[in-house]
Parts: sequence; structure tokens; C-alpha cells
Amino acid sequence: MFSNKTVNILIPIISVVLGLLSGAIIMVAFGYNPVAGYAALWNGAFGDAYFLGETLRQVTPYILSGLAVAFALRTGLLNIGVEGQVFVGWIASVWVGISFELPMIIHLPLAVLAAALAGAFWGFIPGILKAKLGVHEVIVTIMMNYIALYISNSLVRNVLTDGSDQTDKVAKSASLASDWLAGMTYFSRLHWGLLIALAMAFVMWFVLNKTTRGFELRAVGFNQNASNYAGMSVGKNVVLAMVISGAFAGLAGAMEGLGTFEYMSVKSGFTNIGFDGIAVALLGANTAFGVVLAAFLFGTLKIGALNMPTEAGVPTELVEIVIALIIFFVASSYMIRWIILRFKREGK
Amino acid sequence: MGFIDVLASIIPAALFFAAPLIFTAIGGVFSERSGIINIGLEGLMVMGAFVGIVFNLTFHETFGDATPWISIIVAMIVSALFALVHAVASITFRADQVVSGVAINFLALGIGLFLTKQWYEKGQTDMVERPFYTTDIPVLSKIPVIGDLFFSGMYLTSYLAIILAFVAWFIIFKTPFGLRLRSVGEHPMAADTNGINVYGMRYVAVMLSGAMGGLGGSVFALTIALNFSHATIVGQGFMSLAAVIFGKWHPLGALGAAIFFGFAQSLSIVGSSVPVLEDVPQIFLLIAPYVLTILALAGFIGRAEAPKSLGEPYVKGNR
Repeated sequence: MFSNKTVNILIPIISVVLGLLSGAIIMVAFGYNPVAGYAALWNGAFGDAYFLGETLRQVTPYILSGLAVAFALRTGLLNIGVEGQVFVGWIASVWVGISFELPMIIHLPLAVLAAALAGAFWGFIPGILKAKLGVHEVIVTIMMNYIALYISNSLVRNVLTDGSDQTDKVAKSASLASDWLAGMTYFSRLHWGLLIALAMAFVMWFVLNKTTRGFELRAVGFNQNASNYAGMSVGKNVVLAMVISGAFAGLAGAMEGLGTFEYMSVKSGFTNIGFDGIAVALLGANTAFGVVLAAFLFGTLKIGALNMPTEAGVPTELVEIVIALIIFFVASSYMIRWIILRFKREGK
Repeated sequence: MGFIDVLASIIPAALFFAAPLIFTAIGGVFSERSGIINIGLEGLMVMGAFVGIVFNLTFHETFGDATPWISIIVAMIVSALFALVHAVASITFRADQVVSGVAINFLALGIGLFLTKQWYEKGQTDMVERPFYTTDIPVLSKIPVIGDLFFSGMYLTSYLAIILAFVAWFIIFKTPFGLRLRSVGEHPMAADTNGINVYGMRYVAVMLSGAMGGLGGSVFALTIALNFSHATIVGQGFMSLAAVIFGKWHPLGALGAAIFFGFAQSLSIVGSSVPVLEDVPQIFLLIAPYVLTILALAGFIGRAEAPKSLGEPYVKGNR
């Protein structure tokens, strides 16, 4: 009745349902109407063309940061440093965007590429430390997040501007923003980056599933010793996985730097694009298609939540709790698996 | 400015910034020594800061001068219970410990901000009425030089942090409980064979880390931040985690690392008045703790050995 594959698909669905249910219970506990609350969320995400545009705009970096986390996880690495890689990608894209005057056909790809390279470099450091010295990537990537945050702030203040808190806008020729898309969605900040994000999801699927290199990357993720015995270089694949993961994350930064905001500013803390990417990847079961779906869900929740205080009086932060609970349920899949198996046994 | 004056301004500042990190890092040592990774230290600090501030705001008229002390005790209890979520997920449900920790971080901030909106109808709480104040220790502060450096204008919580680090060292390395804790983290199966309750020990360790994280968070809130908002705890928990590793999973090592990080933080604030350092761009002082941690991990500053079974769920009967 339940094959292993169905269980794997059921777990994320059950987790989302449980997460939303818990959110409803919290709303009831604090005297809100959960139906009105979730209706407000729905309207805030899909109510009209503007909200739809903003939702898709939020989905764009989530797809990329989700892909970044998922790609590394497929090789058995937890990249918590997506946040920092987003920062360096963001600042690199803006740097190229404001420094040159070039035709769009060169300028835009150059800015996007700069972001990917910056992110890749930020992923390379933990990758090489892991491969050569066996240093745990989780701690190194956490530290790299803070280094990225402070360096990027310092660059904005001292290099890209004269002590200002915000850079100039990137040149038109490096911008992903589109008057046509904005016009269609009542001037939301929807931009062409969505196409890049979807293309990257395809790239990840293709690389992992259709190339020899992808096979090696996945093999290392399954069993390092067996891969080593089969003649694959574990170290090389670890570094490569972190570099590609970092490149995806850097692109997520470019989405913000060239699309949504078109500038970089001094940040007091993290954007959470990278941390949310962990949730996206986990919920999407680390597959390209799953990540796109999960990014869509979290983008919807985040943007829809902004409408909850005005329409239903529910604080926006409720959604943060719901997302945290969804991660818990996915992480505790052992529990869900166990319950499903109980049902299976009783059903027989 | 003389050398002694410089020290007199840096040492209290360094200990002031270090105290929350010391508390939390000690908690991290307990958890990780039992084999449970605790990325959730950040969230536990957030919970501690939130509870500490709310309790202080609500009860400062009832308890008067004792309010901050009672606040941090309440914060410890609540955070210990909150850590139970991490314990259940990562010990009983065998969840990936890092993922569960990440979820703890999200959850704590979500709950804290949700309730802040709920109770105060804005994004941050009011400023507390009764934070901790600096004191001069009687008699000791009169000792020439040493009195000025170590016993004047200090927070009592800074001393508490240092004392607790030694207490933790004694517990972990000199008591049967500590031996069990370490054996559960190194080789849970061998420990189980010897009749040690692996799950029980790990639950206790994670809850201890919750209590210490809550203490760290509330002390930070009641000495430095003085209110609660989304920006109260930004990275102190991760820095404490860094202190755990930089200190090689040893309470006194963690103490040293946390003091060093506190020193680095205080430098980026008081550094402009210190000779030599005033020429160093602030950015280098800001990233120093993180860069040094990476270097420490890479083995440039002595190799750090993690507990053997760190991050592995223990499944009874599995080989």
C-alpha cells in the first residue's frame, strides 16, 4: 500500500499540513480566526496581479538558495553558508552593475557571472578545507557568513560609496528589472531572474542525473568510502559540490542585487534567504523539481503573511513559526515514517 | 593614555561582552560532549533574552532590586524546557541534529517576535527598568592597580560566568556524571553496555545547554541590549558555538575563547582610543573572531578533536 517512494513524497506533504495545522491552533489559542488568517494569507499572495508578482519575485531567490543547499546535500555536505554566499554574490553583481558602461548583452551576463563566481569562491574555501584538512563544513560556513556580512558592509561604506549606507542603482544595462513584467503586475518588483532560477533548476537536474560527474557527486554523497574504492576522488567532488552550490547561492544574491533592489546597502543582519534555503531544500527532498515547489510554497507564505496583520490582525511572525515547525516535522521524518508504518501494519 | 588606563578600559569591556558568550558556550560544551550538535544555541539565547526582558518588564515592581536575578533564573528554566524540543527531535526522533538546531533558531525568533507583537503591539519591547548595573567590589577594588583592572566598574554576571566555567570543568572532568557524559559522546554503545542511560544523559545535556543558553541570552539582554527585538541576538549564539570549538570542547578552553571574542568585540568599540590598534581598520577587528576560528579548525592553532560520536543518533542494538 505504501511503497518507499510514496512515503518519501508523503513526508513533505504531511509536514506542511501539520505545520499549517499547528499555525491554525496557535491562531485559535490567541483568539484569532484561523480561517480569516489563512484567507488573508491567500489574498496577500494571490489576491491580484501585484501580489502574484511579488510572490513570484520572492520565489526567485528561494529557488536558487534552495538549489544551493540541495546540491551540496546531495554530495553529503550541509552548506549553512548560503547566506554568506548570497551576500558576496549580491555585492559582486552590484559592483559590476555600477562600475561599467557596456551594452546590455555583455553587461548583464557579466554581472550575473560575477555573482556566481563570487559565490563559488565563498563556497570553495569551506570545500577545500573539508577536502584537504577534514574541517567540518558547517562551522566554517557559519563563520564565512559573518565574514561576508562584515566585508560587504565595509565595501559598501568604504569602496563602493563615500561613507554612504547604500550604493547607486545598477546601470540599466545590468538590470534584470523589466517594465513589461512590472506593468503586467501593477508595478510589482517581478523581474527576469525567475527565468534564470528555473533554468538553474533544470541545470541541477541535468548535471546530477544525466552526467558522469553528477553520478560521482551523488555517489560521494551516498558513501565516501565506496566512492573512493571505486576510484573516484572524494576530495575533488567535495570541492566541486561546494563550488557549484556557492555559485547557485551567488546567483540568488544577483537576483536581489540586479532584480529586486538594484542596489546593495549596509545590512545590520542576515537576509535569511540562505537560511530559508535550508528549509526549501529539506522540504523539496533535495531534488530540483521539489525545490521549485517548496520555494513556491515558502515564497507564498512569506509574501502572503505581510497581508495578515491588516486583513486578519494576525502578526506576520506567525508564518516564521509555521516554517520552523515544517522544518521540524521534515527533520523528524523518522516519527512520520514510524506512524505511517504503524498504519500500514494495522491495515493489513 | 597610559598602559594601565588602556587595560582598565579594555578588561571590564572585554568581560562585559564575553559573559553572555561564556555562559552559552558552557552550555554548548555540555551538549556537544554528550554527542548532540547544538546549532540551536542562537535560538536558545533568543528565547532567554525574550523571557528575561518580558519577565523583567512585567515584574520589576513586585521584585524590586532582585528583578534581574530572578529574570535570568526564569529565562534559564524556560530555555531549558524549550531545548527539550531539540532533544526530542534529535535524540528520540533521530532528526538530523544540525537541521533540528536550525529549526530551533527559526522557532525561537518566530515565537519571540510573535508574542512581542501580541503583548506590546509593536516590533520591540520597551526598555527594561531594572537592568544589571556595574559595581565596585568592596575592599578588593581598593587594591592598587589590580583593583582598578579587575574589581571596579564590573558586572557581577561577568564573575558568575567565570565561576561557572570552572564549575563546569569540575563537573565534566572530576565527577562520575561528567565521566558518563563524556563516554556517551565518545562511544554511546560502550556506555550503554556499562549500564549508562544514553538517552537520559543526552536529554540532560541538551537541557543544560538550554539553561545555559537562556542564561547567556538573558544576561546579554539585561546588560547590553536592554530590550527585545529581532536585532537583539544576532550571531552571539553562533559565536558561542565557535567558542566551543575554538576552545576544543573544554569548558576552560571555551572560557578563554569567549573572553578572546569579547576582547575582539570590545576592541571594535573601544579600539579607537587604544594606541597601536587605532590604525587598524575596524573591519579586521570585526572579522577577527571568525577568521581565527576557521584557522583554529584548520589546525593552524593546534588540532581540535571533536567528541567521537558527535552528530550521530544512538540507535539501541545497532552496531
